[in-house]
Amino acid sequence: MAKVLVFTELHGNHAKGVTLEILGKLAGHTIEVAAIGAVPAEATAELAKFGASKIHSLKGGNLDKYSPEGYSNALEAFIKTGGFDYVFAGATSIGKDLLPRLATKFDAGLASDVTNFTFSGDTFNGTRPLFSGKCFAKVEITGPKPHFVTIRPNALGMNTAPTAGAGATAEANVDAGAIRAMIKEIVKGTSEKLDLTEANIIVSGGRAMKDAANFKVLEELAEVVGATVGASRAAVDSGFAPHAMQVGQTGKTVSPSLYIACGISGAIQHLAGMRSSKVIVAINTDPDAPIFTRADYGIVGDLFTVVPLLTQEFKALLGK
Amino acid sequence: MNIFVCVKQVPDTETKVVPNADGSYIETSSIKWIMNPYDEFAVEQALLVQAANAGSTVTVVRVGSVKDTEALRTAMAMGADDAILVEANDNLDSYMIAKALKNAIEKSGKTPDLILTGKQAIDDDCLQVPQILATMLNLPSVSVVVGYEGSATDVTVKREIEGGALEVYGVKLPAIIACNKGINTPRYASLPGIMKAKKKPLVQLSLADVGVSAADQRLKYSSFQLPPEKPPGKKFDATDASKQAQIVKEVVGLLRNEAKII
Repeated sequence: MAKVLVFTELHGNHAKGVTLEILGKLAGHTIEVAAIGAVPAEATAELAKFGASKIHSLKGGNLDKYSPEGYSNALEAFIKTGGFDYVFAGATSIGKDLLPRLATKFDAGLASDVTNFTFSGDTFNGTRPLFSGKCFAKVEITGPKPHFVTIRPNALGMNTAPTAGAGATAEANVDAGAIRAMIKEIVKGTSEKLDLTEANIIVSGGRAMKDAANFKVLEELAEVVGATVGASRAAVDSGFAPHAMQVGQTGKTVSPSLYIACGISGAIQHLAGMRSSKVIVAINTDPDAPIFTRADYGIVGDLFTVVPLLTQEFKALLGK
Repeated sequence: MNIFVCVKQVPDTETKVVPNADGSYIETSSIKWIMNPYDEFAVEQALLVQAANAGSTVTVVRVGSVKDTEALRTAMAMGADDAILVEANDNLDSYMIAKALKNAIEKSGKTPDLILTGKQAIDDDCLQVPQILATMLNLPSVSVVVGYEGSATDVTVKREIEGGALEVYGVKLPAIIACNKGINTPRYASLPGIMKAKKKPLVQLSLADVGVSAADQRLKYSSFQLPPEKPPGKKFDATDASKQAQIVKEVVGLLRNEAKII
């Protein structure tokens, strides 16, 4: 049994979903959670339900906003007091930026973007995709402890029968230290939707969208099913969509429950980025498009007539 | 300014990846190698900063195999002044690569004012080296950067986070900036550039020269394998517009009743 610290980000009054996925999977180990700042009561209850024995809220100056230096200094100071074998976090924007810094402060190894893991005794055995999912490999961490791991959101899934932990709360004062790269401002994205990497449903458009304005067809479908809109590299390079929306080896690797590919032929580098989607629907006029080799349900037809029909049908089904 | 760019050489994005016989890595014999696509943005950014700060030099550094020096020659053909190659396997872990880069940069005798990298290498997809290198050199870092402006001492950079939102950072140089697509449009190497690059200095070092040994290994990979093949799905011919409504109804029904996804 290992002693594990899970770093969590908070989203309003809740812990991020990936934290609960991690906690559920760690059942049987001693699990503590740390967050920067106050942990709201709702989040505390969720974390306890999924197995947290202790929830630490780290407080100090210059920690109101994320900074790679401030957060890593604060967590380093805290982790040194705890005797942890492992430190886990979600592979989110912050997790991916923060954990390499933090691990290096301990000269320790980090397995990033892990999609599944087991423990044999105290030893972590992870699985992670490489080449954006074109292949997978087993990964072990060697060298000084603690060992560090980031977990891809939506990969582990929620433990439906978690073992609750005591959920005791504690506060620690930490020092953010000197910060030479500091956030001055945050510019909101155009979309209030979940990020592609965290989305449960994605509707994606390719070269056949022909124009940026035509993405409206996909947005209407996305609105009805609660999806985030994505795009292929061909669509991004043609200027139909910003790079933030790109799915694939040079964009985002995604693993939603449902991926609807509209007018995407399915280049290797796109398939790599979306192949771990649980169910794939493809709509394309070309019956030989490679995307159909990956699709659970393929519709050979024009997206501009098929997608609006899908929108209508989902509307009726979901009573909207 | 002393500007360094760290680049990696990776299999082309169109590569069909095949695990090698003992599953310890992938089959690399017939791979076409390219400069990691995100590193092209780092090279371009270095050249833009160099142009804005007279007297600056751009040095590219790479850790990897010598069988092909494509990435370094490309960077020098684009305009970088010189290059350092640390000879190593192409699949070292991030900690070893960062340590080799750190010591190679220090060995060059030039103190970096700015280090640029791509946001991630598209082979192991770890997104670790820039942040590890920054920590080892005790420098600030910002990753996934899509906007860069400023002077030789202070810069403002934009980091892309979830949902396309941007964190705008004020950064004191020296620092490490990891570039994402969108920060600039990389130039193509011109023919004279390519000719000139052949004569630009390329220093070659071994891992021992930069003090990296097996003791620095932090990750151990095994059992490389392809993802499980999906059984073939169902395909519907909806080229005839009059059949589309019926087919869409059927697919939505399957999503609910068979896939149980919605």
